[in-house]
Amino acid sequence: MLPFTKLSQLEPRAGVTNLSETESYFKSTEFLSLKPLNPNVPHNPSLYKKPFVESFEETPLMVAVLTYMGYGILTIFGYLRDFLRQWNIEKRHIARERDEQKDFVPLYQDFENFYNRNLYIRIRDNWNRPVCSVPGPKMDLIERSTPNYNWTFEYTGRVLKDVLNLGSYNYLGFAENKGPCADAAIEATQAYGVGVGSTRCEMGNLDIHEELEQLVARFLGVESSMAFGMGFATNSMNIPALTGKGCLILSDELNHASLVLGARLSSSTIRVFKHNNMQSLEKLLRDAIVHGQPRTHRPWKKILIVVEGIYSMEGSIVRLPEIIALKKHYKAYLYLDEAHSIGALGPNGKGVVDYFGLDPKDVDIMMGTFTKSFGAAGGYIGGKKELIDYLRCHSHSAVYATSMSPPVAQQIITSMKIIMGEDGTTLGADRLRQLHENTTYFRRKLHDMGLIIYGNEDSPVIPMMLYMPAKIGAFGRQMLKKNIGIVGVGFPATPIIESRARFCVSAAHTREMLNTVNISDSWQSKYVRRLKYINETLTYYK
Amino acid sequence: YTIIIYLSYPIYLSIMRGVLSSIMASGQQWVLVEMVQAFYEAPAYHLILEGILILWIIRLLFSKTYKLHETYKLTENEKEDLIEEWQPEPLVPTLSKDHPSLSYDIVTGSPSHKIIINGKECINFASFNFLGLLDNERVKQKALSSLKKYGVGTCGPRGFYGTFDVHLELESRLANFMQTEEAIIYSYGFATIASAIPAYSKRGDIIFVDEAACFSIQKGLQASRSFIKYFKHNDMKDLERLLKEQDLEDQKNPRKARVTRKFIVVEGLFINTADICPLPELVKLKYKYKVRIFLEESMSFGVLGEHGRGVTEHFGVNIDDIDLISANMENAVATVGGFCCGRSFVIDHQRLSGQGYCFSASLPPMLAAAAIEALNIMEEDPGNRSFFNDCLNVALCLCDRIPGLRLEGEPFAPALHLQLEKSSGSREADMKLLRSIIDYCLNRNVALTLARYLEKEERFLPTPSIRVVVTVQQTEEEIQKAVSCIVEAASVLLQ
Repeated sequence: MLPFTKLSQLEPRAGVTNLSETESYFKSTEFLSLKPLNPNVPHNPSLYKKPFVESFEETPLMVAVLTYMGYGILTIFGYLRDFLRQWNIEKRHIARERDEQKDFVPLYQDFENFYNRNLYIRIRDNWNRPVCSVPGPKMDLIERSTPNYNWTFEYTGRVLKDVLNLGSYNYLGFAENKGPCADAAIEATQAYGVGVGSTRCEMGNLDIHEELEQLVARFLGVESSMAFGMGFATNSMNIPALTGKGCLILSDELNHASLVLGARLSSSTIRVFKHNNMQSLEKLLRDAIVHGQPRTHRPWKKILIVVEGIYSMEGSIVRLPEIIALKKHYKAYLYLDEAHSIGALGPNGKGVVDYFGLDPKDVDIMMGTFTKSFGAAGGYIGGKKELIDYLRCHSHSAVYATSMSPPVAQQIITSMKIIMGEDGTTLGADRLRQLHENTTYFRRKLHDMGLIIYGNEDSPVIPMMLYMPAKIGAFGRQMLKKNIGIVGVGFPATPIIESRARFCVSAAHTREMLNTVNISDSWQSKYVRRLKYINETLTYYK
Repeated sequence: YTIIIYLSYPIYLSIMRGVLSSIMASGQQWVLVEMVQAFYEAPAYHLILEGILILWIIRLLFSKTYKLHETYKLTENEKEDLIEEWQPEPLVPTLSKDHPSLSYDIVTGSPSHKIIINGKECINFASFNFLGLLDNERVKQKALSSLKKYGVGTCGPRGFYGTFDVHLELESRLANFMQTEEAIIYSYGFATIASAIPAYSKRGDIIFVDEAACFSIQKGLQASRSFIKYFKHNDMKDLERLLKEQDLEDQKNPRKARVTRKFIVVEGLFINTADICPLPELVKLKYKYKVRIFLEESMSFGVLGEHGRGVTEHFGVNIDDIDLISANMENAVATVGGFCCGRSFVIDHQRLSGQGYCFSASLPPMLAAAAIEALNIMEEDPGNRSFFNDCLNVALCLCDRIPGLRLEGEPFAPALHLQLEKSSGSREADMKLLRSIIDYCLNRNVALTLARYLEKEERFLPTPSIRVVVTVQQTEEEIQKAVSCIVEAASVLLQ
């Protein structure tokens, strides 16, 4: 029997050497007396090489009640206004079906759009803000105004200069229009042009793609790799090549839409485990192997566990050591999506595998994107040579989709070489260190302000809880007034009462920039009740 | 307990005898009285014993002799054994070493008119660079100036600081170019129609699709989880038959019909067959049966019609009659990405429901800028008439002149297919034969390619073919050279 099943009885415990200031807190009776509220508690501490600190403070009851009330009021008003619109008392702004097709079956069901019409539209000025500069640490936004409460936007012609960018996934600060990456991309554009005009399988396999793939394989520490033109499509077009009927996909409940789509297109059976919950995963694995396929009870052909490195809405890091142990014991395969973690985590910027000090060969399919840390676009898959060879012949993307634009490939090559230190400088290492420092600093700063922040202490994605949907709008607007651009996220991207603001820290942010973020309590969002790290899930090591 | 039963047995018998005799002497009151008397006279231990006996019988009646689930449930050890026993299939099946797609041809440098394949400079008859914009200096300069302003990546999806002024400009330019109300851009050509279809068509809806529809349409259909009805390629009678069938079905169940959306999905120029869809008839059927039309124009955008607006312009069909037009910007426009255009009522919905739009990083601004410049060039000099003639010219040259090969597709299509007249019987052998023709041409500096498909995944697998792509940059001379090269190869290799 594996140690996991017994671990459920283990409580987080202290008594470890080299305790820092924070850790001594965990030794205190105050912490030990806390009941862990997080379902992620059972874990195998022996697998971790350093503390794994992740916090998800429970929603205060009062806040939850108020949030539900807020939705209730919005819904009532929504119906009222729909009624007014129906009788033409309130002006209708939404585009309408052309007269010739009025007798067709309606293209949209009315209730589908209720949420958008009556809730989203009211605060939609917080999204799709047009940028007109590099999406670096500071960016310029085009000012918009609306004459009709966000139904339509007008451009005022003014530009909001130097808005602090806490929204872009520019973790290592490679979104630049100057410097070695941009220079290399300029050269590539001159040499190749921007398009390719064919697929990898036909006439679109350029030497620059081959170079990129060899570099990515080296960077990841895997045998071989393949690059694709779009991160989303890397997932949705390759999972179907790997699993099919009679296969089981075990997917984390918070997996990205592209993974969900890929799993669905593969026509495998999909089962969902609770977010980062190893108990839930192990139970599904055991049940799957013991009971086989539903109805026929034939054994599964293969089982694929699909997880992400950093979850972009929670800021949590996957419990990779435990997953690898589970996958080895149950002979499942592991698909790791490092969209946010590649470049952003680990002492060498090589993602979660590097972060936990594990062997990349233990992960069967290493997937990631170039959009975030590398400031480019596209995605990759790395793994054993047989896997990549198979994908070269069977990936939907390789056979049917136009290959990656050469300057984009060049941007990745140059930035990756900088991260690896192959350019002969320590600029990459500096960026990695800076990102880590900024992450720690900013997380602590927000926490000290009394805000509830979610996620792992090392994750550069920092969700701050707002809970109430109206606060997304209020917070986003107020921050923009202070020249700070943040991202608000609400339902359906999060659970209905857990609306949040999200900060993405970058290596390009300076301490001064981060210091300008000062969140006043004018809208009562400082919810932390206890002084320090309540309700932590902490994994100790021996 | 048997002893107890044994002991009480005589007493029991005596009572039973009394009962029996009372029945025999029915009507005689005294028997009952006697029984009650016997009960009173019986000793206490006897009554207790009787009581216990009765309880015992009740217990025996209601208890089960064995437990079913105990034998059914697996013990932990058995489970462990099962887990130990289970052996999954390998993650990927082993490939044969000579799989045709295993080793790609390597292109050095720009894949434009002159292309270097595996170290050999050739004239390109393989890339979809119809208008020759791939190495256009103006396009490059525009991309470069954008690169110098914005860098390469956008570092975010459209919603989260990934919308750039360039994207907004490109969207309005595309809408203008196509003369529609609105356009929306995607960062990947393949994802465009594959995201657009499931944004509208949901579970329970019905989609009528041409059998020859390309792979990205097929993936869109699969993602939508709607009912899919395939009609024979370009066969309007077959489509009408299906529509009529559906109409009858609808009359039976009008309630369901009122919420079942119906769509026809076709390609303008089919990439797999290089022929054109009969759009005017489709539009007639649309209004007759109240079905919406989605049109994929990746092959025809920038190519057909006087201004390059595609099949609608070619046929003179009112573009508003088509509910959604999608195309990629990777062929004629020679950059990366795709777009959908149509009425705002339709297109705007994708901004929250198009998965490839919402959840993906936006198109790098420099690629969008390149597309804008390409549109500028296309608007300034439509030149499509001459391109149209180029295509016709190539088709005429190829037609009927090559022994053993058959030309598929409309003569004005820019990407044609050369198929074997006589198949050798096995697909693999056919592919090898065609590949040898391509190699022959490659050696003589003419770049062609096989049309590649995923053989197991395609719904209706197209016949193996060589793709011949016509571009504006090919001169008369080069075309003649290519044609004679193919003729030569065919006569040498296809005996």
